[in-house]
Amino acid sequence: MSAPDLGLVPPLGEPRPQPELAVTEATLATGLRLVVVPRPGVPLVELRLRVPFAAPTARAAAQHAARASVLSGAVLLGTTAHDATGIAQALQTHGGELSVSADPDRLLFATTLLAEGLAPVLGVLAEVLTSATYPADLVEGERARVAERISIARSQPGVIARTALAARRYGTHPYAEQLPSPELVGGVRGQALRKLHRDRVLPAGSTLVLVGDLDPAAAVDAAAAALGGWTGEGTAIAAPPAPQLAPGHLEVVDRPGAVQSNLRLGGPAPARTDPDLPAVRLANMVYGGYFSSRLVENIRERRGYSYSPRSSVDHLAAASSFLVEADVATEVTAPALLETWYELGRMALVPVGADELDAARRYVLGSMALSTATHAGLASTLSALVGAGLPPGWLTEHQRALAGVTVDEVQAAARRYLQPAGLTAVVVGDAERVTGPLRALGPVDVTASAAATGPA
Amino acid sequence: MTAAGADLTLRHPVQRFRLENGLRVVLAPDRSVPVVAVTVSYDVGMRNEPQGRTGFAHLFEHMMFQGSANVPKMEHARLVQAAGGTFNGSTHQDYTNYYEALPAEALERALFLEADRMAAPAITPENLRNQIDVVKEEIRVNVLNRPYGAFPWLQLPQIAFESFANTHDGYGSFVDLESSTVDDALDFFHRYYAPGNAVLCLGGDLDVEETERLVRRWFGPIEARDVPPTPPTGEPSPTAARSGVEEDRLAPAPAVAIGWRVPDPVGDLDTYLGTVLLAELLSEGDASRLERRLVHDDQLAVAQSSYVGLFGDPFDVRDATLLTTQVHHPAAVSAEQVLTAVHEEVARIAADGVGAAELARVQARTEAQLLRQADSVLGRTLAFATAELIHGRAELAGELAARLASVTPEQVQVAARGLDPGTAAVLELRATGGAR
Repeated sequence: MSAPDLGLVPPLGEPRPQPELAVTEATLATGLRLVVVPRPGVPLVELRLRVPFAAPTARAAAQHAARASVLSGAVLLGTTAHDATGIAQALQTHGGELSVSADPDRLLFATTLLAEGLAPVLGVLAEVLTSATYPADLVEGERARVAERISIARSQPGVIARTALAARRYGTHPYAEQLPSPELVGGVRGQALRKLHRDRVLPAGSTLVLVGDLDPAAAVDAAAAALGGWTGEGTAIAAPPAPQLAPGHLEVVDRPGAVQSNLRLGGPAPARTDPDLPAVRLANMVYGGYFSSRLVENIRERRGYSYSPRSSVDHLAAASSFLVEADVATEVTAPALLETWYELGRMALVPVGADELDAARRYVLGSMALSTATHAGLASTLSALVGAGLPPGWLTEHQRALAGVTVDEVQAAARRYLQPAGLTAVVVGDAERVTGPLRALGPVDVTASAAATGPA
Repeated sequence: MTAAGADLTLRHPVQRFRLENGLRVVLAPDRSVPVVAVTVSYDVGMRNEPQGRTGFAHLFEHMMFQGSANVPKMEHARLVQAAGGTFNGSTHQDYTNYYEALPAEALERALFLEADRMAAPAITPENLRNQIDVVKEEIRVNVLNRPYGAFPWLQLPQIAFESFANTHDGYGSFVDLESSTVDDALDFFHRYYAPGNAVLCLGGDLDVEETERLVRRWFGPIEARDVPPTPPTGEPSPTAARSGVEEDRLAPAPAVAIGWRVPDPVGDLDTYLGTVLLAELLSEGDASRLERRLVHDDQLAVAQSSYVGLFGDPFDVRDATLLTTQVHHPAAVSAEQVLTAVHEEVARIAADGVGAAELARVQARTEAQLLRQADSVLGRTLAFATAELIHGRAELAGELAARLASVTPEQVQVAARGLDPGTAAVLELRATGGAR
């Protein structure tokens, strides 16, 4: 084969303008915030209702997480007017299926629906919000299923690793609680859920996002008509500030017989409102944020240690994180960690190339445009941003900020946030085989797997 | 036809032409967002692998990302991503696809990249060695190092089918992967990656005339090669129940999967559509028959799902294929109890049929899901590509919402009568690792 000639590669054409977002905002008397965006495309509407749902205190976090995990299924088990099947059928008639999920910051009610069904689907949503009954026998069934699903999730190595890293990074803060314990879940009662719903499922602080084939004024009217009766005393509760714990030693979580090790590194990152964020996002891309990154080139394409090594910047309300993940063959665990650290050190100490930065920047901007080019993608993005207290126009400002980031700014950001000394590291794997080689890189603490909980 | 179905068909008129070298080209323009999707689908998948080369279609997919005549290693990814685009590829039972979603101004660059690797991918010993290692890590992540790894798609076909094509491990044994050579890869490329064995499908913000000119410029010079005949993958229908057991030492709780042979997805599409809706009626959402019976009423299951096609897409497979019902259940419930309940629910539909109102709800939900897939330029373009390759008609992808909306309760009842416990294949997953 002759030497490749990159001169053949066609240049890019003129960028075409992105369609402008026409955002309509309104706030109901109850405090519920509405964000409505009409978009061309398929005759669907995407609905996202975000309700703040953080644990009130660190001491209550475990119990709160257990109750939230049951509530998110049990809220759909019946209202004063319909049973679970009746609720599901009323949504299905309009192409909908309500999913309710809980994370450490919020409850999210989400569905897609055929455009003609907006008013009736909002009616079903209102019914669930105002009159969910949590019947005792059905709650018992739901909590047993949730406990069983949690023990299944806890057998997944990726979950074991994420849990170990969160415990190490957040200590006693509620964010350490990645999955509630099946025992606490098994004790959740209907009465506690009714109280939790009454106290915390409130319009004040909540945001309803509607995106798709809709008329904004009519959609606002429909939402106001359907949800105006959703009231409640109280204000939203946000998570307390997260601590910044020192990284400490490398932790090996023993998983005897594992044929692979799960490497996880994490540390703080700038919040969405921090002016350092654009530079850190670009440093993350160059390091391991996409396929064309240093980490992928090194441990996948050069050495074949890992299938899908990656890094990311992740935001919770009270803590943002820079995270590195790689699943590697047991026999190359220590060499893979060495290369992962080496590439982090290089980011922290040596300037990135101007071409590397430009490639990362174009990718971030392009992939943001792609991910918000669907009703569903735009609805989820807006729900997360507005829920975090940012205006819908933040997206455009952030794009402008990304466009202006310099090589020096990336290096300063990498020096602060990507330096290996600042990151907490966890390895889930066969301790007997991996600990010795890992000790060549520094002190190691070995712990037993947290997955030792049997099915409930 | 419902209003939404009509809208989907009309908004995406499909145009096609064929190059001298046999490459089929499908254009599905829609200029509402400045995004294009470029997809190339080759008519070769896991079912085409010869004995001793299990996993080769997937390994070869990895080799297509290792550079090509005019593109060094890593540069394919860089050229797409530095243009603001995303890319990937995937190996299926009957085809392998490669795709990019990009800002519209990067169209020609993506055409160049796909043409360059269609002409001459960089198949070297170093690249092959590296990707064998990467694929082994992929299999460890998805199969060997996790509970329920590849359940049931790797094990159920071994019970449900007879032929090597249908039963072998499409991820590949480590022995077969390790013994793969550069010559194997070159042979595979020459046999299956001929332009006449591929469909180039482009969607999104395209000018049709300009796009045709660019396609001819970059793909026109690729030399024609013989196209292998499509091997038959159909099998006689089973006449007996079959079963097997998989022991999973990492799983904390058992699971069971039931596979029934279904009508030919291509040769008997009308009957098959009844089966597709039956799967939705059985398992999609809280109103579905099995969710109510297994999860809520009898509390036999923690989670259940039903789907047609090995990987859950009913329209990307040829014959033979399955409707699979998969149930995770607590250890205190036996697989037998689960099976009895599932068979009873299917028998109820076979005997009593389904009400028009229930079916209409299921159709509304199915339509919403199809529209959601079609809202993404890439999702829509891949659906057109697969319909062209598997069904010979890209247009089918746009018509599916309407075709499914016209399925009758009788068709669903007929489909349920086909799910006979006496010809089902059952795979039990036993959690043998104890509580760890």
